[in-house]
Amino acid sequence: MELVLSIAIGVMTSCGIWLILRPRTYQVIVGLSLLSYAVNLFIFGVGGVKANVPPILGDDVAASALADPVPQALVLTAIVIGFATTALFLVVLLASRGLTGNDHVDGRNEPR
Amino acid sequence: MTGLMHHLIVAPILLPLVASAILLLVDERRRTTKAMISLGSTVLLILVALVLFRTEIGQGDFEGVYLVGNWAAPFGIVLVLDALSALMLLLTALLAVSALVFSLARWHAVGAHFHSMFQLLLMGVNGAFLTGDLFNLFVFFEVMLAASYGLLLHGSGPLRVKAGMHYIAVNLVAALLFLIGVSLIYGTAGTLNMADLAARIPEIEPDRRMLMEAGAGILGIVFLIKAGMWPLCFWLPTAYSAASAPVAGIFAIMSKLGIYVILRLTMLLFSEGPSASFGTVVLLYGGMATLIFGTIGVLASQALGRLAGFFVLVSSGTLLMVIGINDGAISSGALLYLVSSTLSISAFFMLIELVERGQDAGASVIAVTMEAYGDAEDDEAAESEGVTMPGTMAILGICFAACAVLLSGLPPLSGFVAKFAMLSTMMGTGAIGVPPTAAVWALAVLVILSGVAALISMTRAGIRTFWSSLEGTVPRVLVIEVVPVLFLLALTLALTVQAGPAMQYMDATIRSLSRPSLYIDAVRDAVRIPGYRDAATNGDAEGR
Repeated sequence: MELVLSIAIGVMTSCGIWLILRPRTYQVIVGLSLLSYAVNLFIFGVGGVKANVPPILGDDVAASALADPVPQALVLTAIVIGFATTALFLVVLLASRGLTGNDHVDGRNEPR
Repeated sequence: MTGLMHHLIVAPILLPLVASAILLLVDERRRTTKAMISLGSTVLLILVALVLFRTEIGQGDFEGVYLVGNWAAPFGIVLVLDALSALMLLLTALLAVSALVFSLARWHAVGAHFHSMFQLLLMGVNGAFLTGDLFNLFVFFEVMLAASYGLLLHGSGPLRVKAGMHYIAVNLVAALLFLIGVSLIYGTAGTLNMADLAARIPEIEPDRRMLMEAGAGILGIVFLIKAGMWPLCFWLPTAYSAASAPVAGIFAIMSKLGIYVILRLTMLLFSEGPSASFGTVVLLYGGMATLIFGTIGVLASQALGRLAGFFVLVSSGTLLMVIGINDGAISSGALLYLVSSTLSISAFFMLIELVERGQDAGASVIAVTMEAYGDAEDDEAAESEGVTMPGTMAILGICFAACAVLLSGLPPLSGFVAKFAMLSTMMGTGAIGVPPTAAVWALAVLVILSGVAALISMTRAGIRTFWSSLEGTVPRVLVIEVVPVLFLLALTLALTVQAGPAMQYMDATIRSLSRPSLYIDAVRDAVRIPGYRDAATNGDAEGR
């Protein structure tokens, strides 16, 4: 389980980093999305990977069998904020496309 | 601070939040109403910041811990007001009111929702200064950044959209690094409350310590991006010079927010124990590189906007080096420098727009450079109504000269006092008498050199703008545009006249910062307010 999670985080991070270094705005935004998925999984992972255990301490739950609720709360916040900022970036990207007429991050095509 | 006064601590966050929410409901065409609400909120913010600041004067111990939600410290959200955060809150409020008044002349009308975003930016900045745990720092950072994305794009135009896109991309990546850093620290230390974290860090076992330090390092990168440390600073001059004048004026506090967090975390988390002085080497050399880069940039800049952007880097570089050297006496001089340089850079950003208004946009810039940084913006708003400033060129010239004096650190204004306070302690003429180390020598030389560079550059720009201006047109400048600039410059004058009390406050601030146990104990011992639920449980217990 841990291995699968680590590989998934690694693959998404490396794809994301490659994409945000590309010159087209659409590639950058896809790269940012991939990176944010990787980071969300990473935050989820630091709490320890546990299956089928509740995050809330109840009467019939042993404290040792508890999933850490804090990273889960952090992930929720991070997803919401990441989603909003990505949407905003998308708008800026479209504005830039409209103003400059191409989708290069610097607003101009490099000489061929 | 007792009773209702205690609740004032949360006011710098709530006030702008409520104001921005109300502003969203007001129709965009009712500009006067919007401006009045926004101005009212900002003026109230100054009053709140002044009251909070006064409670911190001459008070060594902490009382400013506010438990939001009334949960005990490591579990609930906590706001902490100390001498440093009170100072930064006051500085933010003063910059905010100047930038806001400046914007009322014309800038607030060139796009939608200016006032809402401005208030949200204030909320984020104030929250980041007050918060006592790392994850809320992230949330407030994001609130601030989201507002700043909107504000940077305010006024639109190809140049702003391009600079804004780079700015947003850089900051989105920074936000992801922030999350990685925070989660690494949580995974190793098991807490995100700064005070609790400071108490736990010495107890972390060696095999996890490395992970914790990696997390702290990644977290540090985020704030260094914000502060503009070389080589993470290439976005900064472009973004700041592309922003509209009042926005750039308030953005001056955002790079200081990065400095603030680094100062706070270094002093609190890494002052003692096995991780002591973690990262100070990076801050020292990074600050040095930033200072050199900023100085070269100041000399090389032709456009005034970029010049101001590089002054931000010079200021950041100096402060980072001082934090890296980590010497109490130099640090208190540096705090004065922080206040003085923020005020003067903010005034300079607003002044630039007034000075350049009369000129053909970019006339003073060599054509090649213009091409490299994009075409001149074309945002001629309709001629705004209002009282025109008499004797425009004379007043603008005096303001420009004052900015030059402040930024290069010449007497008599506060830029000189601050640099003198730093340099005199560096050279050991104070009570210490210790010969300066190599790092201190490097800092002293670079600070003086950056001052010379600032003087050269400002003189050149001043001659070109005021004396050898090709067109003889006098810009049409309104009174409410000059008053904020004069206000900020008057503040630096006040800082010069009251340099003694100001330095005492800075000394006290650094002294309390260098004793992290004060902060830790204050947060841990914060007493919950007995609420109705406690009363109910007590009643039950007595009933049985």
